[in-house]
Amino acid sequence: MGVLELKNVSLTLGGKLILNDLTVDFWEGRVHALVGPNGAGKSTLASTIMGLPGYRDIAGDILLDGERINDLTVDERARQGITLAWQEPARFEGLRVDRFILAGAKDKSTDTARRVLVRVGLDPDKYMRRAVDRTLSGGERKRIELASILSMEPRIVLMDEPDSGIDVEALTRIFDALADFKERGATVIMITHSQEVLKHAEHAFLMCNGSILDKGAVGRIDGYFGDHCMPCDHTNQPDAQEMAGAVT
Amino acid sequence: MSPTPQQVETARELLASLGDFGGHVTGDDIAHLEVHGNEVVGAHLVPGLEVDVDQLEDGIKAHIRLKKNARIAKPVHLCFGMLPEEGLQRIVMDVEVEEDSFASVQAHCTFPNAVDITHKMDAVVRIAPGAAYEYFERHLHGREGGVLVVPKTKVTVGEGARFKTEFELIKGQAGVIDFDYDVDCDAHSLLDMIARIWGRGHDRITIRETARLNGEDARAVLQTHIAVKDEAIAEVYNSLAANAAGARGHVDCKEIVQGRAVAKAVPIVEVNHPRAHITHEAAIGSVDSKQLQTLMARGLDEEKATDLIIEGLLG
Repeated sequence: MGVLELKNVSLTLGGKLILNDLTVDFWEGRVHALVGPNGAGKSTLASTIMGLPGYRDIAGDILLDGERINDLTVDERARQGITLAWQEPARFEGLRVDRFILAGAKDKSTDTARRVLVRVGLDPDKYMRRAVDRTLSGGERKRIELASILSMEPRIVLMDEPDSGIDVEALTRIFDALADFKERGATVIMITHSQEVLKHAEHAFLMCNGSILDKGAVGRIDGYFGDHCMPCDHTNQPDAQEMAGAVT
Repeated sequence: MSPTPQQVETARELLASLGDFGGHVTGDDIAHLEVHGNEVVGAHLVPGLEVDVDQLEDGIKAHIRLKKNARIAKPVHLCFGMLPEEGLQRIVMDVEVEEDSFASVQAHCTFPNAVDITHKMDAVVRIAPGAAYEYFERHLHGREGGVLVVPKTKVTVGEGARFKTEFELIKGQAGVIDFDYDVDCDAHSLLDMIARIWGRGHDRITIRETARLNGEDARAVLQTHIAVKDEAIAEVYNSLAANAAGARGHVDCKEIVQGRAVAKAVPIVEVNHPRAHITHEAAIGSVDSKQLQTLMARGLDEEKATDLIIEGLLG
């Protein structure tokens, strides 16, 4: 039994079946990758696990430590230790970086904010008093978002396309943060279609058309993904043989 | 003439009502003025600054003169207020900021016990060429919301001069605010105007900011950030006209609406020269969903998350 389980989870949006009867175990303390082409349902799955508005009306169950959490709100799930790093982090006009970082922090001291900023490669003296707004680059906002998650010390971290829109330096820092999560025993679920990001995972799921087609060692999933999905001849229309063998 | 013991005590109470609001300080090198009702209860001036005050039946008339080339190093602190529950305080100000002078004024207006208080400010401010003048007005009201605040200010910003003003009312119940600023800007001048207000209960907030960029390369930014909840109503009228070559400006109105509150924004943007340029943005509505969900995904409940977002907007 994983720390986080999905049992027969389906989600329909706009009349379209986006998540198709998913049964998935995410093991505690492991870094999982959820790989698949655009439109496979990966981000939708992350939103569903987080319980975002519009993603709550599911069939099936989401279990945390064996307890059903379907009825929990976003903040209730967060207080249970689940959190999400958005592909495109939000901007907050006027909200200072240190206030943002400490909003969900376990230890709300200034030292915490400084420590996590250093961890993501940002100088606290330069960034603490800045606003989390459009004056920050995409890479800076992504790092600050990660800093806010580090301060939270979560149990489960959903990272949606962690490499999206950032440079190599920022990506390095994100992997540093990933190492911190691992060291603390957190469970990480990375949504990605990047083979570079995939290398940092310990276990992978291949998703297509709302279903999990395969799961297992990163090397094997990476190989299949690289050979068959990039580019994909039939994006989100896996062939019958693949669907017949789809992992449940 | 030295203040009487009663005046000293009143000044102390007035300043104490600011709480940890901070900002109002006294000292030999800091100019300050405390007015309770129609009585000056504390004052200290520094070289370069002249203040003459006449007592009115219902307030004061003050002539403030910043002398040519005077640079007041530390902020000038003004404290206007009334401690009783009811009353009228009328402040008539004539401000002359002479050439190449500089001062930053922090005005704290405090009505901690207000049930039926009217605070009216009629000000004329003339900023001479090359001068810089900052005026930050912060209001602190009690929980009852029984304050009617009517600040009306007419400003002329001379050639190459700078004027920056902030109006803030985010603590306590706003009451009724009818805010009217009218500014004319000469060539190469700079205007920066911002109002930040949090309306609650049955507050009624009306903001009128009007600026005319009449000289070449005059610049202006008019910002209004308002959050309203419960049954509060806010109406914002920003008007910016660019009438000369190189005149540039921006109008920004952001309003967050919660509960049964109502917000309205009416920007008027006018360009009367082919080489002038003005932009505007207005955003009114509930708290941004992504911002809200981000903070909730950190464990904050919806109310705390909303408050944090609003604090950022108004802070």
